[in-house]
Amino acid sequence: MSAIAAPPVVSLSGVRKRFNEGMPNETEVLHGIDLVVAPGEFTSLIGPSGSGKSTLLNLLGLLDRPSAGEYRLKGVPIGDSSDDDRTRARLDTLGFVFQFHHLLPEFSALENVMLPGLMREGVFTRANRANAADLLSAVGLSDAFDKRPGELSGGMQQRVAIARALALAPDLVLADEPTGNLDTHSADEAFALLRRFNAERGCAFIIVTHDPRLAARCDRVIELRDGLIEHDGPVTRSAPSS
Amino acid sequence: MRFESIVAWRFLREGGLQTVLIVVGAALGISFIVFITGFMGELQRDIVQRTLGVQPHVTIKPLEEIARPLRREGDPADAAQVLSEVQPRGQRLRSVDQWQAAVARLRENAEVRAISPLAAGPGLVTRGDSNKSLTIVGIVAEPYAAVTRLDQKLVAGRLKVDPGDVLLGRDLAEDLGVGIGDTVRLSTPSSTGDTYRVRGIFDLGAKNLNQLYAYVGLPTAQALHALPGGVTSIEVTVTDLWEAERVAADLSRSVPHLVESWIHTNRQLMVALSNQTLMTRMIRFTFGLVVAIGVASVLMVAVVQKTREIGILRAMGTSRGRVLRVFLLQGALIGLIGSVLGCAVGYTLARIMSGLLTSADGSRLFNAHVDLPLYLYTMLGAIALGVVAAWLPARRAARLDPAQAIRM
Repeated sequence: MSAIAAPPVVSLSGVRKRFNEGMPNETEVLHGIDLVVAPGEFTSLIGPSGSGKSTLLNLLGLLDRPSAGEYRLKGVPIGDSSDDDRTRARLDTLGFVFQFHHLLPEFSALENVMLPGLMREGVFTRANRANAADLLSAVGLSDAFDKRPGELSGGMQQRVAIARALALAPDLVLADEPTGNLDTHSADEAFALLRRFNAERGCAFIIVTHDPRLAARCDRVIELRDGLIEHDGPVTRSAPSS
Repeated sequence: MRFESIVAWRFLREGGLQTVLIVVGAALGISFIVFITGFMGELQRDIVQRTLGVQPHVTIKPLEEIARPLRREGDPADAAQVLSEVQPRGQRLRSVDQWQAAVARLRENAEVRAISPLAAGPGLVTRGDSNKSLTIVGIVAEPYAAVTRLDQKLVAGRLKVDPGDVLLGRDLAEDLGVGIGDTVRLSTPSSTGDTYRVRGIFDLGAKNLNQLYAYVGLPTAQALHALPGGVTSIEVTVTDLWEAERVAADLSRSVPHLVESWIHTNRQLMVALSNQTLMTRMIRFTFGLVVAIGVASVLMVAVVQKTREIGILRAMGTSRGRVLRVFLLQGALIGLIGSVLGCAVGYTLARIMSGLLTSADGSRLFNAHVDLPLYLYTMLGAIALGVVAAWLPARRAARLDPAQAIRM
C-alpha cells in the first residue's frame, strides 16, 4: 500500500498582481506566475530590484491577494478566502523572517519566541515556554532568554526571529533578506541555522536574497525578472546572479 | 482576551513617560470629577438641611376645603354658575381624618424611614410684658426627632415634652429672656393657655426659624388648638432626600390626604439647586471630554509609533479583531488606573477642602467621606470613557495593511 503523496506546500497557477486596478496608473507587477514548492524544499528567490520579489513574497505570505490566478496553500485554495481564514492560515502554516528582525521590543527574547504560541493558545503555557526555550537554545541563545531585543546584537536578534518563525512548526518559512542586515559572519551563522532547521524539521523555506553566495547554497533557485520567472531549477555551479 | 490583555499591558507598560503622563492626566481630570461630584452633593445636602431646618421630607395634611359654586339643579352638564362670584374659603385648623389609619398605610411603604404625627397652630408666648406670636407644635419626642433630628439641634436642656414642658428656639428664648427651668405662658385663639416650663433650647441654624417654633407634647397642643385626639399633619422622612417628590406621589395614592414633598414646597430652592447641578454636570462633562481627548491622542500617537509591531503581529497571525481589542483594552486600562488614582486624589482634595471651608457658625461646610458607590461609578465610567476614546486609534490599528506596516 503506497502512502498518499502530500500536496505541495505552495501551488501558484497563472498568478498576476496589479496595483491601482481600474485607474489610469494601473501597473501589473506579476504577469502570470506558475510555481510549485514541495514540502521540505529549500528555495531561494532572487532577482533585481523591481522584479516583483517582495510582491510575490507578500502573496505567498497571504499579506496580499492576487489579482488573477489561483493560489493553493497545502492544496487548499486560499487566494480569495476571508481575512480571518488567511490570518488563521498565516498562524498555522507560515513562518516569517524579516530583514530587520521585527522583534517586539516590549517582550524578552523568550517571550518573542513564545508569541506565536500565545496567539494560538491565548495564554503563555508551560509547553509553549519549553518549546521556545528549546528553540532559543538551538539557535545558541540559551543565556539570552530574559534579554530584551534592544540588548541583543543584530545577529542575535535575527536568530531570535528565526526561532520565532519556527515556534509553531510551520510548513513554510518565508524569509525576506534574512541576512541582508548582518555582517558576513552573522549572515553565515543565520543561514546555517535555516539550513539546519530545514534538515531537522522538514519545513520548506523560500528565501528572498540579493546574495548570490547564499542563493548558491539553496537546493533550488527561482529567478524573477520583470514580473516573470526567468529561471527555476536546482542550483548549479554557475548559479544565476541577481 | 488573555492575549489581548498581555499585549495591551506590555504596550502600556513599555510606553514609559508617555503612559505615565496620560495616566496622571486622566487621574487629575477624574480626581476633579470625583471631588466636584462629592463636594457639590454634600454642599447641596448641607444647604437643604440648613434651609429646611425642621421641615420634613414629606408632609401629609388634610385636603384644603374649597368653596363649591352653586349650579343649576337637574342639569349637571350645564356649567353655568348661578353665583356671580365665588370667594375662596378660609382654611381652618383641622385634623387629618383617620390619621392613625393613614400612619399605618404610610408604614407599608419601604422608602418611608420615620413618621411623626404633630398638631401645630398659631399661638402666643408671653413672659412678663413680652409677647411673641409663634407656631405651637405638639410632638411625640421620639418619632419627631427621627424625622427632624431636633435632638441634635438642642443647645441646652433636653428633648422632653411631658405635660407642662416646652422647648423654645435660641433667639426666642433670648428675646423673652428665659433659660432652662424658667416658665412662659402659651396661649392660642382657642385657649387662654397655661404656664409651661422651658426644658430645652434648640438652634435650627436660622434666626427666623428659632423665633418661629415652640414645641410641646402632642396632647398639650391638641388641647391648646382645640383638636382633641387630632393631628394637623403627619411628617415623614424618606430614605433618599432627592427622591421625596416621587415617594410623595406614591404615598398620595395610598392616603386620601394632601401629600407634599419638601421639593414641592421649596420650588425656588430646587430651581437654584437644579441650576447648580446642571453647572456641575457641565464641568464634569468638560473634564471627561478633556480626559477622553487626551487618551485618544496618546493612543493615536502610540498606533503610529507601533505601526511596525502591529504589522508584524498581523503577519504572524493576529486577527484585526484582536488588534482592535489590544488598543481598546489600553484605553480601558488607562481609564481604570486613572480612576483609581483619581478617586484617591479626589478624596484627599475633599479632605483638604472640608478643613478649609466653614459655614457662618464655624462648623464644617461639608464632610469628606469615602463614597464607594461614587468611586465605583467613576471607575466604570472612566473605563467606558477610555474604551470610547480608544475606538478611533484602535480601528486605525486594526485596519493597517500588514505588508505596508512592516515596510515602515
